[in-house]
Amino acid sequence: MRQHDVAAALRQLLPADSVLSRDEELHPYECDGLTAFRQIPMLVVLPRTEEEVRQVLVTCRRLEVPVVARGSGTGLSGGATPHASGVLLSLARLNKILEIDALARIARLQPGVRNLQVSDAAAPHGLYYAPDPSSQIACSIGGNVAENSGGVHCLKYGLTVHNVLGIRGYTMEGELLELGSRAPDRPGLDLLALAIGSEGLLMVVTEVIVKLVPRPQLARVVMASFADVCEAGNAVAAIIAAGIIPAGLEMMDRKATAAVEPFVQAGYDLAAEAILLAEADGTPEEVADQIAEIEGVLSTAGATAMTVSNTEAERLRFWSGRKNAFPAAGRVSPDYYCMDGTIPRKNLGPMLKAIEAMETRYGLRCMNVFHAGDGNLHPLILFDANTPGEWERADRFGAEILELCVRLGGTITGEHGVGIEKINSMCVQFSEAERAAFFAVKAAFDPAGLLNPGKAIPTLARCAEYGKMHVRGGALPHSDLPRF
Amino acid sequence: MTAPPGATLSELRECVTAAHHERKRLRLRGAGTKDFYGECVVGEPVAGDALDLRSYRGIVDYEPSELVLTARCGTALSEIETALAERGQFLAFEPPAFGGDPTIGGVIAAGLSGPRRMYAGAARDFVLGATLLDARGEVLRFGGQVMKNVAGFDVSRLLCGSLGILGIITEVSLKVLPMPRAEETLRFPLSAQEAVAAFNRWSGQPLPISGAAWCEGAAYLRLSGAASAVRTAKEGLGGERVEATSAAQWWNALRHCSHPIFNNSSIWRLSLPDTTAPLTLPGELLIDWGGALRWYASEDRDPDAQNVDVRAAASAAGGTAICWRGPAPSTGRFHPLQPAVAELHRRLKERFDPHGIFNPGRMIAGL
Ligand SMILES: Cc1cc2nc3c(=O)[nH]c(=O)nc-3n(C[C@H](O)[C@H](O)[C@H](O)COP(=O)(O)OP(=O)(O)OC[C@H]3O[C@@H](n4cnc5c(N)ncnc54)[C@H](O)[C@@H]3O)c2cc1C
Repeated sequence: MRQHDVAAALRQLLPADSVLSRDEELHPYECDGLTAFRQIPMLVVLPRTEEEVRQVLVTCRRLEVPVVARGSGTGLSGGATPHASGVLLSLARLNKILEIDALARIARLQPGVRNLQVSDAAAPHGLYYAPDPSSQIACSIGGNVAENSGGVHCLKYGLTVHNVLGIRGYTMEGELLELGSRAPDRPGLDLLALAIGSEGLLMVVTEVIVKLVPRPQLARVVMASFADVCEAGNAVAAIIAAGIIPAGLEMMDRKATAAVEPFVQAGYDLAAEAILLAEADGTPEEVADQIAEIEGVLSTAGATAMTVSNTEAERLRFWSGRKNAFPAAGRVSPDYYCMDGTIPRKNLGPMLKAIEAMETRYGLRCMNVFHAGDGNLHPLILFDANTPGEWERADRFGAEILELCVRLGGTITGEHGVGIEKINSMCVQFSEAERAAFFAVKAAFDPAGLLNPGKAIPTLARCAEYGKMHVRGGALPHSDLPRF
Repeated sequence: MTAPPGATLSELRECVTAAHHERKRLRLRGAGTKDFYGECVVGEPVAGDALDLRSYRGIVDYEPSELVLTARCGTALSEIETALAERGQFLAFEPPAFGGDPTIGGVIAAGLSGPRRMYAGAARDFVLGATLLDARGEVLRFGGQVMKNVAGFDVSRLLCGSLGILGIITEVSLKVLPMPRAEETLRFPLSAQEAVAAFNRWSGQPLPISGAAWCEGAAYLRLSGAASAVRTAKEGLGGERVEATSAAQWWNALRHCSHPIFNNSSIWRLSLPDTTAPLTLPGELLIDWGGALRWYASEDRDPDAQNVDVRAAASAAGGTAICWRGPAPSTGRFHPLQPAVAELHRRLKERFDPHGIFNPGRMIAGL
């Protein structure tokens, strides 16, 4: 039997406890943060060293076994969803901080190190790692690299791609690649930029060098209420137009504040149609100046109320609701489906109005939290998977939002990745020739096509099929059959 | 060969597909400010007919409140910088113009950045999207015009610094930033070694640094940002204030490589981890990027002896060395690539430009 043979080959290389094959051992790996898609892998492998990773890849390449890398499994697009006849390669045991160089302001990390651990380890030096996804307690730095993850502070401090100096890892062929380095701008093509955000399709990352930045002396946040979502959207554009780049600029609609407030008691204005959180950081004088400026712009833009955090505890409380929006959605609804499109900021208001209309059409509620400063939307569609037809409706609702994102000049995913979840929407955003170019890039790194196959880029056949389903307008044929 | 005046995309496509079918090599060219830059046979220009892309020009879209500007490849950098300045914005990566007026396509294809590189980011950090005309005449759009976009591989950033070997970057969307409200430059009499140490120490503190460079016994530190932040930082740092006009001259000289040391006939550009102590290499030294960029300039040297010294020293320090000016050593102008990485270059080139019509040999000999 295939599973038996592959397990035997891997057990020759790795200690017995590193190769899992029993059903109950495989079960915990059946999905990532996108729980709507589940698949038991053939095997789970948990290497402890970089050399073990290489050997696993070489062996799987030889036996032609697909490999799916997994960090902490918090991904929201099914990037780490296992392959039925493949190996799930967990990097969780490669979890050492190899080096913190405070003078050079860098950290060298194994991929399984959790995002927040990096900032914790750098804190004694007055430094931190800037990208702060809301999942930062759990998500791994390897996963961040694979998804090019962002956070609430990336408007000012950048995404993963702006904060990673170099990576090391292996191709499916078992070739060592060192891309980027502590020295900036190496000659040649920028393969580092290409590898970041490649969703585990090009290489398995075994080491990451990140940039650490000085912790600002002070941060304060303005919380502003708006009586209309479009006004709140315009206020975001007005702040940027005034030449201000806040450290964070987030928006929540009334449904979102209503869901989180009982959960975290952040003190949100529940009467407001939308609230904005705008953060200023820097020296005390700079923060005072910027806060005053932000308040000026927001009041001109129609804010009905404004509160500024006066203490660090208060600042964290204002953010707590935003940071806990996803779990809060989980409390008000049995299931929620998180979207991740990005649009030009000027379209935030119209987008919210359009989503409102879709809620009626699909008969589902949707609460909205936005990384407004970047135009990155996280509509959370609420549904109950146990009610027949609700997941299918949620799925179509989501696809319609993404198509609107593309029409409004944006993209189907700002930070969560395509994975398997948004693979059909890729047919809408990219032409056949562009998708062929992506496959060409994939083939350059992984000619055998064994690394995370079937993710991120849809085949021609798949897009043709999706196109056919599409013309029938909303009413999908065979909606009882699994579509992925 | 020149693309027709006011060329349309379809005219460019015709040029390219014809070249592809005839296997005729094309040397992509904007304003030619970087003709000197790249791999080529000593004493010979890069092979192929020059394809002048200046006529495919114009700012396509610019919305200050979106912080995004989209322009066709032939648009002059000066036109873009003027449009941005009118709205109080700028290209924070400070692309070098080398005394001319480069096209934005050339700026992105070269991927070079100025003194703000370590503080604001490199050229590639500001690329949001790009359109590529590949050898088969396909027009491929990657990325977009929004701040965050992870749909598909990040080919637009791959194109930044690609030196045209994958095709013509016909259009780019760039993130732009508001100009800093205040700017000050401080001067400190320091040795190179002291300057490198000081730059790293300062960079670890929450200071609004936007440039840190050293030459001839003096370190220069530029502070940019909110007036209050610049004022506080200046008071804490000490040093001697450089008057605004001479400060602008100094940073421009670094940005555009017009500092007198660039008059030398042999110039090496080393990229190193910024904490690297000054290397013992011959020539005048200019340090930029807070220690991460080191220029060594001198007259008349044996290129091969130099090659061994400079490359080996850069590699040993964990960095790379480009022979910027002067006869190229036998191992090439650019630092040789790791074999597995070089192989990926070949495969990518093969897929985007199977007949090798675009800028043959410009980045890697024989590619
Ligand atoms: C509550 C919640 C909040 C979130 N908030 C944010 C947010 O604010 N911003 C944001 O950007 N994301 C957010 N996410 C999404 C998710 O946390 C990120 O995408 C994260 O980077 C995934 O990391 P992971 O270690 O869990 O990766 P996994 O889910 O394990 O894997 C993700 C992808 O990376 C690949 N991969 C993992 N490790 C490696 C490796 N070493 N080498 C190669 N490929 C690898 C996998 O194959 C897969 O394709 C959130 C998720 C949750 C559940």
